This record gives sequence, C-alpha cells and structure tokens, in this order.
Amino acid sequence: MASGQNYVSVRDLTFSRGDRLIYDGLSVDFPKGKVTAIMGPSGTGKTTMLRLIGGQLQPDSGSIVVDGHEVTRLKRKELFQLRKDKMGMLFQTGALFTDLSVFDNVAFPLRVHTKLPESVIRDLVLMKLEAVGLRGARDLNPAELSGGMARRVALARSIAMDPELIMYDEPFTGLDPISMGMIVKLIRGLNKALGLTSLLVSHDVEESCGIADYLCLVSGGKVIGFGTPAELINEGSDEVRQFLKGEPDGPVPFHYHASDYRQDILSGGR
Amino acid sequence: MLNRLIQFGKQGTSAIESFGRATLLLWHSVMWGGPGSAGFRDLIKQLYSVGVRSLSIIAVAGFFVGMVLGLQGYTTLVDFGSESALGTLVSLTLLRELGPVVTALLFAGRAGSALTAEIGLMKATEQLSAMEMMGVDPLKRVITPRLWAGIMAMPILALIFSTVGIWGGAYVAVELLGIDDGAYWGNMQASVEFYEDVIKGVIKSVVFGIVVTWIAVYQGYDSIPTSEGIGKATTQTVVISSLAVLGLDFVLTAVMFGGV
Repeated sequence: MASGQNYVSVRDLTFSRGDRLIYDGLSVDFPKGKVTAIMGPSGTGKTTMLRLIGGQLQPDSGSIVVDGHEVTRLKRKELFQLRKDKMGMLFQTGALFTDLSVFDNVAFPLRVHTKLPESVIRDLVLMKLEAVGLRGARDLNPAELSGGMARRVALARSIAMDPELIMYDEPFTGLDPISMGMIVKLIRGLNKALGLTSLLVSHDVEESCGIADYLCLVSGGKVIGFGTPAELINEGSDEVRQFLKGEPDGPVPFHYHASDYRQDILSGGR
Repeated sequence: MLNRLIQFGKQGTSAIESFGRATLLLWHSVMWGGPGSAGFRDLIKQLYSVGVRSLSIIAVAGFFVGMVLGLQGYTTLVDFGSESALGTLVSLTLLRELGPVVTALLFAGRAGSALTAEIGLMKATEQLSAMEMMGVDPLKRVITPRLWAGIMAMPILALIFSTVGIWGGAYVAVELLGIDDGAYWGNMQASVEFYEDVIKGVIKSVVFGIVVTWIAVYQGYDSIPTSEGIGKATTQTVVISSLAVLGLDFVLTAVMFGGV
C-alpha cells in the first residue's frame, strides 16, 4: 500500500500502562476512505489505539501520522486544531453534554468553532439530525433518550464539523438489534456519502465483518492479521481464525496459565 | 524501615507532582483566559450556580453568627461597663475574620463540593474527552468559567455575610439586650475604617476564592473517573480547602494586621 492511500499510519508503537505493556512495536496503516475495524480480545487496548490516534494519550515511543501530521509531536494548540479540522469520535456512552438539549449538543462544536449566524447553525444542525433520523427529537434532553438514540445524536454531533476521519469506540455494544441495525447502516452510509475514513473498535465479529472493508486484528501488543474479512477467514493464521470463528479453545487456550491440574488438586493447598 | 522511607518519598513526590498539575491547570485556565473567554453566558450561568445559589446558606449563617457574637460580646463587655462598644466588636470581628473565613468554609462545602462532583462526573461520562476530540479545550470551556465565577462570587458573598451578621448583632444588641442603637451604630462607624478593615477583609476573601475554587476544580478534573473516585475527590475538596483557608487566614492576618 502506498503511503498516499493511507490516512493514518502507525509505526513501531510502544505503549504501556503502569507495568503492563499494551503495544509492543505495533505498525499498521489505515487506508483512506475505507472502513477498518480494529478487533481483538478484551483488554488488548483497542480503545487505547483510538485515544493514541486522537492524541489523548502519548505513546512511549513510535510514530502516529494522521493525514501527514505527526500526532505525537504536535503542540497542544496544533493538536486541538487537527482534531477540530479532521477528526470526529463517537464514544461508547455517547458522551452527550447532559446540561444541553439534543439540538444544542449538535450545535455545540459549530457554535464554538465557527461564527456562523444562528439561522445557518439551525439549518446545519437539522441536516445532521435528519441524517441520523432524529430531527424530531431536537428538543429532548439526553436523559430522555434511549441508548441507541443517544449514540445516534452523538454521531450527529461528531460529524457536525465534517471530519475526514471518524473513530467509533465500540459502536455496537449494548444495543438492541434494531438500534444496532441503524448504527450499522449509518456507519456504512456516512462513509460512502461523506468519503470518510472510518476506524471502528469492536469485538462483534459478525457486525464488523458486515461493514468493514478491512479488519485489523490486534493481540498481545501486535497486529496478528490485517486484510479483508474474507482473506482473514480463509487465509489468516490459526489465532486469527479462532477469534473470527469464536472457538473457545485453540492457539489462545481456554485455560488461563496455571500449574498442573492434578498436582494442584492433590497438593491440598500446601 | 527502608520501605517506610521509600513510601514516604513516594508520597512526597506524588504530592509535588499533583501540585504541579494543579498549577498547570490554573495557568492554562486563568492566566490564558479572561472571565469571558468562554463566552459571558457561561460565566453568568456559573456565577448563578456557585454564587446566587449559595446566598441563602450564607445569609442565614451570617445572621446567626452575628447574633451569637452579639450575645457573647455583651456578656464579656458588660462586666467592664463597655457594652456600647458591642457594635465595634461585632463589625470588626466579622469584617476582618469571620466574614471571609466562615464564608469560605461554607462555600467549600456548598459550591466547592458541587463543582468537584460535576466536573468529576463529566470526566467519568467521557464528556471532557468528547470535548477534547471536538477540538474544544475543556480547560477553557469548563474550568475557566467555573474558576472565575468562584473568584468573583467569594468576596461578594463574604461582604453579604458580614452585612447580615452586623444586622444580626444589632438585632440582639438593640432589641433583646436593650443597648442604645445610636451607641451600637455610632461606635461602629467611628472605629471601622474602609481600607484597614473592609478592604483587607475583601483581599482575604479574594485569596480564599482563588484557593477554594482552584482546589475544587482541580480535584474534579484530576479525579479517578469512578463513583468511588469522585466521592473521594469531593471529600478531598472540602477537607483540603478548609485546611488551606484556615492556614492561609493565619498567614494573611499576620501579614496584614499582625505587624509581624
């Protein structure tokens, strides 16, 4: 893959939390204009990856380039500028501002970043809300929304400034099938309509395979598989296939590392 | 023994680190942004929630403190036949000491803890993160208006406290104890000086306003984003700011009134 086609490039990324090494020399490229799902077992730091790309965490070493900008070396002001111009992020909880109505939540980034007259802001907000099907909910408070609706409002808010890169943190978790279907449709639809580069973090294999152009499997601090869903299912390593097929035992053992079972039982705790 | 020493050292460095982070927070939010840098609407909203909504507790507390001062002062002064000086005693005590200090303590409990809990919850529900990812600096958007609101509200509340307290003292002195009201107000007017007493009291409360609000917003911003963490941060706000107020009060009194 030529670098011109990649929107985000991660090189030799090392990151640790306390004594725990989360990424150990990880390198990966996320192609422009595509939906890439970052997958992996719980606790492999998938969300951490999004926070590193967004510059909310600093890696121990390595480089993260977003659209030609080295995120790890930006000054505070430049980082905020980059986020404002290029990035959108959908949080797992939605992270709506609880003291503002649905309308004001979506209007928030526009009001802070632009000097547009209120009538234009109103039109823009209604367009974004229409895109997620919630134009009628504009006067509700976040507390009155269901989980799925809250996530759709948050999605409208994260595309308010027309980002080029959008990151979804566990977008399918805790949704009923209908809301899940809506979110899947929106992610796909927005990617196509706006030409966004989308990164999504999930461990929901079926949904992710359904909408992602590429899958990026992370385990043990490294990328263990990158490719289209079909490629990985057919040609991936044993560990990749175990994860995608959801088999309980395989290269990743069912049992957490322990001493010999027989000895353990017979020792009587001595 | 060595372990204990290591532990002690760790606590020391983490305290210094935390003070450094708090200073950076103050620097980024106050030095770089005036009161209206996040829009005056936000400032007004915060002034309302930390200032106006603390009014009732401040006024009621002030009235009772004033009445108690009146009673206690009277029982002592009457032995020397100088109960006409009661107005002076009540007003100087309130303006110089009790007004700023008790207001700051009440403010820490009423508004400081609310600030910490609010900011901590915003952090726990990822609202601050979401703001960052929208390219909006939460320090300027969330912290700055709250800090300024606290700094501006505190001296006003302290003055209200003292005023109501002086009325409370007057009520006890004139209505209940039968001191001549001309003596109460006249002696007060003769002995209270605008700069020496009123302004120095205001200076104290401005300092307390900075310290209490700073501690409150820092504790919220730096809290561990869990229910336990926010609970702990809220307690810390009240404990640390109360101690800081009492400690600083001694220092300020020594510098401004003590002739040290």
